[in-house]
Amino acid sequence: MKITLNGEIKEYRDQLTVQELLQRLNLQPERVVVEINRIILSPETHNVTKLKTGDTIELVQFVGGG
Amino acid sequence: MLIYLNEKQLEVDNQLCLFELRNRHKKNSDLLIINGHPTSTDQELSHGDHVVMIRRGEHPSAEELESLMMARHTPDVQQKIKQGKVGIAGAGGLGSHVAIALVRIGIGQLNIVDFDVVEPSNLNRQQYFIDQIGTPKVIALKENLRRINPASKINIFNQKVMPENIAEFFGEVDILVEAFDTAEQKAMLTNYFLRNFPDKFLVAASGIAGYEPSNTIRTTKVTEKFYLCGDGVSAAEPGRGLMAPRVGIAAHHQANTVLQLLLNNTAE
Repeated sequence: MKITLNGEIKEYRDQLTVQELLQRLNLQPERVVVEINRIILSPETHNVTKLKTGDTIELVQFVGGG
Repeated sequence: MLIYLNEKQLEVDNQLCLFELRNRHKKNSDLLIINGHPTSTDQELSHGDHVVMIRRGEHPSAEELESLMMARHTPDVQQKIKQGKVGIAGAGGLGSHVAIALVRIGIGQLNIVDFDVVEPSNLNRQQYFIDQIGTPKVIALKENLRRINPASKINIFNQKVMPENIAEFFGEVDILVEAFDTAEQKAMLTNYFLRNFPDKFLVAASGIAGYEPSNTIRTTKVTEKFYLCGDGVSAAEPGRGLMAPRVGIAAHHQANTVLQLLLNNTAE
């Protein structure tokens, strides 16, 4: 599948869920905000939301400090 | 001729002298400033002069402060700032700086939420004073804000922000500033707020610790309603602490983004 991730085109051999994408990228799910095709994803649905070719994904992982 | 007395336009007779102006308008002033220079001698005024008369210890009224801001910011701009309602989630290094910047320019209303008290270790970057140690941050901050500009309405909540109470604290604001400390809290608020209040703006921060370059702190428009300030990577951790200069840079990125959103409905 071919997706646009934070403005860059990325290609993956398998179809991934959001949870699997986060694992591949080594990101911590409780620290991220995921937007797919301009809709913010509920964190509870990371494991059931399947990505597909053509999806545009914005991913932000927060770091601590304030 | 036209002069400015305490930033207000005033039509006066040609050749009017400073002391006569004082006698007519503010007899008890003990500090006279003409075009930025303090003076104690009488002199003839000229067209376009800016005269400031101050009585030491006297507090300007809310109306006076507002007219000073109108003069500085222009009436159109000031009207929009005055109508602005902004939420601040967290009153630490980010939140206390953002609150002070917005109150200085005459923000209409702030809703500030924090559950902490002022600790000695906060003073390296947060806008509190030694004599406020032990006081709940929201109470100390409200007191400090009132000393700067009593005209802004400040609503405070000494509680922890959770999904269940976000609507109560921030349901009425136009823009929310995320000013939390931990990455998990930041993500929780961002996820919840953007999904449940799709018409409101969120201005968050991430990557503000240490003394890395100032210029790596940036403001990014992540989505239509979501702005993020910081370098994105500098986490607070042992060996890289939070310090006033860089936290202040990020906080003022947030405050300036809020200002742009209030004035233009978009920011860059």
